[in-house]
Amino acid sequence: MKPGHGEILLAEGDLEVREEEERLIEEFRRQLDEGMWAAVPTTHPGSGRREAQLIKAYGDIPAGADRVIFFPRASGG
Amino acid sequence: MLLALLALALIAVVLATPLIVRETGRRRARRRTEKAAAREGLDLPLYDPGRERRAEQRARELLRSCVNAEEWAMYRDLGFIRVGGKHTRRDADRSSVGPAYAYLIYAHKPIVAFVPGSGQLLSEYCVEFPDLTGSGGRHRLPASDDVLAKWMALTSDEDRVIGRANMHLVGRQLDPARIRRDLWRLAEWERRRKRRRQAPGRKQSARPTARGRLSDSE
Repeated sequence: MKPGHGEILLAEGDLEVREEEERLIEEFRRQLDEGMWAAVPTTHPGSGRREAQLIKAYGDIPAGADRVIFFPRASGG
Repeated sequence: MLLALLALALIAVVLATPLIVRETGRRRARRRTEKAAAREGLDLPLYDPGRERRAEQRARELLRSCVNAEEWAMYRDLGFIRVGGKHTRRDADRSSVGPAYAYLIYAHKPIVAFVPGSGQLLSEYCVEFPDLTGSGGRHRLPASDDVLAKWMALTSDEDRVIGRANMHLVGRQLDPARIRRDLWRLAEWERRRKRRRQAPGRKQSARPTARGRLSDSE
């Protein structure tokens, strides 16, 4: 999510292809370095309700997640 | 005589050289500045009146794909989303059916905490997602992206986002009467939805439901 633009596709790729995964990792790190927060929408296994999982490292991305959403970090308004 | 004139001319040239060099440098710098200004002027993005609307449409689709169906319908029909709080203060709260407290998420407005059972308003949390791209904070997220960012932050790490927010008593930015009215609208909305679920065939034939595509509601 980018202020003034909304949703922007940053990178996409196949995790099975090494070059593409490296590109995804690089973009993931770049976004976090810029101060963005990353989250993955998931479904709670118990209640079945949708919720988000905050991702702090590339390795934290749940298996099967089809996207990671980056958004500006929250601050007091 | 000629020799004296040549000597004078040579001295004049030597004395004038620093002035000429300085003036040439100044002119070059001025030309560079003018070129850069002209280039910046050409690079200025043209105003696109549809950009914000398209961004909001994309944001609504993204929000719809992330939240629960009930939350999406709530946002589409009422303009806000309710998210339950995760903490409980007493054991009695744990045994109760719903959460002990909940939040109302509005677009570009503070998050409001309230008690679902009594409707008591607790506090408002001012939080924003500032532009980190260095454009001087001129831009903000589309409304639905702002709601989604708050939803993701609250459902993933409630303490983190609440810890960063500025907390105030309700009434600083939002009108308490309006929030109470929204809570009443929410209760009515839920009652209607419950009734519709109980008798879907009869209700659908009576009048169109609130369900539908995004384009239907805009």
